[in-house]
Amino acid sequence: MNKPLRRVAIFCGLLVLALLVRVNWIQYVKADDLAKNENNRRVMIERYAHKRGDIVVDGKAVTGSKESKSGDFKFQRTYKDGPMWAPVTGFTSQRMGSNQIESLEDDILTGTDDRLFFDRTLSMFTGDKKQGGNVVTTLNGAAQRAAFKGLGGRKGAVAAIAPQTGAILALASTPSYDPSKVAGNTEEDVKNWQKYEKDPDKPMTNRALRETYPPGSTFKVITAAAALEHGLYEDIDDKTDSPLPWRLPLSTKNLVNDGDHPCKNASLRVALQWSCNTVFGKIGADLDNDKMLETAEKFGFNEQQFVPVRSNASVFAKDMDKAQTALSSIGQFNTAATPLQMAMVTAAIANDGKLMKPYMIDRLTDPNLDVLEKTSPEEMSTPLSPENAQKLQEMMETVVNEGTGTRSKIPGVTVGGKTGTAQHGVDNSEKPYAWFISYAKTDKGSPVAVAVVVEDDAANREDISGGGLAAPIAKDVMRAVLDRQK
Amino acid sequence: MSVVTNTTTIGAIEAPSRRNTELLLLIFAVVIAVFAYGNVGLALNGELPSGMLGYGLGLTLLAGVGHLAVRKFAAYADPLLLPLATLLNGIGLALIWRLDQSKRFQALETFAPAATKQLIFSAVGVALLVGVLMLLKDHRILQRYTYISMVVALILLVLPMFFPAVNGARIWINIPGVGTLQPGEFAKIIIAVFFSGYLMVKRDALALASRRFMGMYLPRGRDLGPILVIWALSILILVFETDLGTSLLFFGLFVVMLYVATERTSWIVFGLLMSAAGAVGVATFEPHVQQRVDAWLDPFAGYGKLAASEQIAKSLMAFGSGGMFGTGLGQGDSDLIGFAANSDFILATVGEELGLTGLMAMLLLYGLVIERGVRTALAARDPFGKLLAIGLSGAFAIQVFVVAGGVMGLIPLTGMTMPFIAAGGSSVIANWALIGILLRISDTARRPAPVPAPSPDAEMTQVVRP
Repeated sequence: MNKPLRRVAIFCGLLVLALLVRVNWIQYVKADDLAKNENNRRVMIERYAHKRGDIVVDGKAVTGSKESKSGDFKFQRTYKDGPMWAPVTGFTSQRMGSNQIESLEDDILTGTDDRLFFDRTLSMFTGDKKQGGNVVTTLNGAAQRAAFKGLGGRKGAVAAIAPQTGAILALASTPSYDPSKVAGNTEEDVKNWQKYEKDPDKPMTNRALRETYPPGSTFKVITAAAALEHGLYEDIDDKTDSPLPWRLPLSTKNLVNDGDHPCKNASLRVALQWSCNTVFGKIGADLDNDKMLETAEKFGFNEQQFVPVRSNASVFAKDMDKAQTALSSIGQFNTAATPLQMAMVTAAIANDGKLMKPYMIDRLTDPNLDVLEKTSPEEMSTPLSPENAQKLQEMMETVVNEGTGTRSKIPGVTVGGKTGTAQHGVDNSEKPYAWFISYAKTDKGSPVAVAVVVEDDAANREDISGGGLAAPIAKDVMRAVLDRQK
Repeated sequence: MSVVTNTTTIGAIEAPSRRNTELLLLIFAVVIAVFAYGNVGLALNGELPSGMLGYGLGLTLLAGVGHLAVRKFAAYADPLLLPLATLLNGIGLALIWRLDQSKRFQALETFAPAATKQLIFSAVGVALLVGVLMLLKDHRILQRYTYISMVVALILLVLPMFFPAVNGARIWINIPGVGTLQPGEFAKIIIAVFFSGYLMVKRDALALASRRFMGMYLPRGRDLGPILVIWALSILILVFETDLGTSLLFFGLFVVMLYVATERTSWIVFGLLMSAAGAVGVATFEPHVQQRVDAWLDPFAGYGKLAASEQIAKSLMAFGSGGMFGTGLGQGDSDLIGFAANSDFILATVGEELGLTGLMAMLLLYGLVIERGVRTALAARDPFGKLLAIGLSGAFAIQVFVVAGGVMGLIPLTGMTMPFIAAGGSSVIANWALIGILLRISDTARRPAPVPAPSPDAEMTQVVRP
């Protein structure tokens, strides 16, 4: 009987061998896949097992960590002034995942980034609890506060950029939400989340980056830039060829101005000062779609921006006829821009024609604040020559000093700006958006360019013109930046 | 002509008793298990667990009693079986206690602390081992009970059909006041006794009366009877108790023993064909079995939809997260598997917390138990002992393979418990009894034949030279 016994012994050995091979397969070959599987809760447990790194503004953290109350996640995120900083930080929620900087720089914040390998290894020996690195932003706390306070209870957004570098100084969106309230994993967090989701005012939308509005008259600075760049007009004080009334090409409709202003054959300076639709509409029609499109795209239109958080592409349409191009050139038809886009336009003009790539992360640091990566300013394009940029600056300064933007004047500082009032809805039935774009300039160049949009439907039609609602906010933001400079 | 005292059987020549080896190994086994227990406490609470002394003493007592019983009643028994069983049982206790401490596990509705109970069950198991060694002076006595064993085994197998299914499988019976019992665990031993007795008698008929066909010896039609009966029975178990594991175990056990008894390869071929036919047949119209097969083929496809898939997937993720060296006892999250993490799926905790290395060591321990069992079968001098030893160790091997293979996703999952380490009274008690019988057979096998009393004839016989 021993022969079959030996064979059975071999068979039993094979059974054990099969198990050993299988163990090696799942615990060595496939171990990584299984350990990082999307269904593997250990990934999340590990993620919240340590204090998360912070997002820093002006040397102070605007985020924090606290011990979580429920479940197997040890720490949860906290935010200081959550609603104010939400458009910058985004959220990180044990239940809902994360977005914006919290998501993009997750590896640094959780400490799993390869560049933090040395720290991790070191803390294994020193017994330190592993901590994430920090994300230091370019934002200016005072400017952000001015923007957020200025918007107040109204719907709107502010984007401010340092023209010489492209560094984002303020990025506000109202109404906002408090990411602290969705950071945990409790039923309350879920309830808060649902409340935010259902809110018709969409508090979780980052309007400064993700909402595109018809830019209205603020777009006229781009049309003016196109006119100068394409040589349609050279001197901003020369008369333009602008009849009044002016009929839209191939149309029976007249383009009308907002009020009775000296728009007939007005010079570029005067036309911008009084925001003449006829003048800029005709420039658009004269230049035609291609040339307008070329300039708009140099300013960043029709392209998503990554700061590194994604910003929606602003729109200047292709293949439009002359009438449509004319309307688009005064910021109507289907032209649409994000507040960030209009801040970029303003910044390019203020920076003598050079558009810097906007960014909001200055540097990534390890837990000991040693720099891992620093963002260096990067040139994006040159939408207009320095001479033309200076001409445009003069025009915009006139707007502030003598035109529609007087409410953004700051004593002792050169300010250039442009108002906008964009109508929308069927037959312009809805309340218009009030726009204001501006920059401040000192002898050291321009430290700040800002774009403000307020979509308040509680305000009067009269009040809403950008000069009334939006300009004071822009002024406060600029002043906050200027104060810091002193 | 001299007196022949030796047989050629392995290990029969002047075998030392090896009891001291066993004692030394037992000390190792207890120390390792107690360290594991302390390790869990340190990892979870930062201090040695308060129950460590009691646990250590309990385990020492179990090992000591087992050892003394073996020393007294089976002095020549295999020295490795007892330490191996003690080590597995001890580590199992530490693992069960570790899962008892898990908050996530405590939150389950089905939660009940299992470690103390398991220690009591282990004590009952060791008592049964001592009983086997004490009362069963010679394993051949069991031969007398061949047909009684058959009846008892059948009753044990059929009994769960009359009790409600638990988690989709009818493998438990509920005795009020005592608790639930898994009769299949005991049936596997009793049925091995029946098979051994039956095959010992019938093996010649089964082996010799055959026709040759295509190089194989085919059994006569009427000799196919027994295998057909067992096959039908295991299919019935599968259909009515939806218990793939037990079904596989019994059929596999029978085929192995039939092969050993008759030395006819054709039985294996038949066995494989029949089990394949049975498995495919049942899987096509039994949704419970079908689900398990689907869960096995792609565990992650049914994640969040099918409980069976999710369980396997969670188990696989636990193994994967353990990696090479594991998280360390008490520091993993194998309790995420939830229900049954300390019974059917306890191997996942081994995988996650002790890592690839720990799990391989664990499987090798099981491999060693099997190897000692097979060696006992080889060493046994009587066919009944050989058959019984190979039957028991074969059953043990198949069970280990079916359970471990199931939780590791090698084969479809079946509801059986990992011998010795999984929480569950029936399993641990029955396996201690199994070890007891193996010890008895190995003792008989290795015991030197008694020196024959000097024959008075020997002296008186004179050689007459011509």
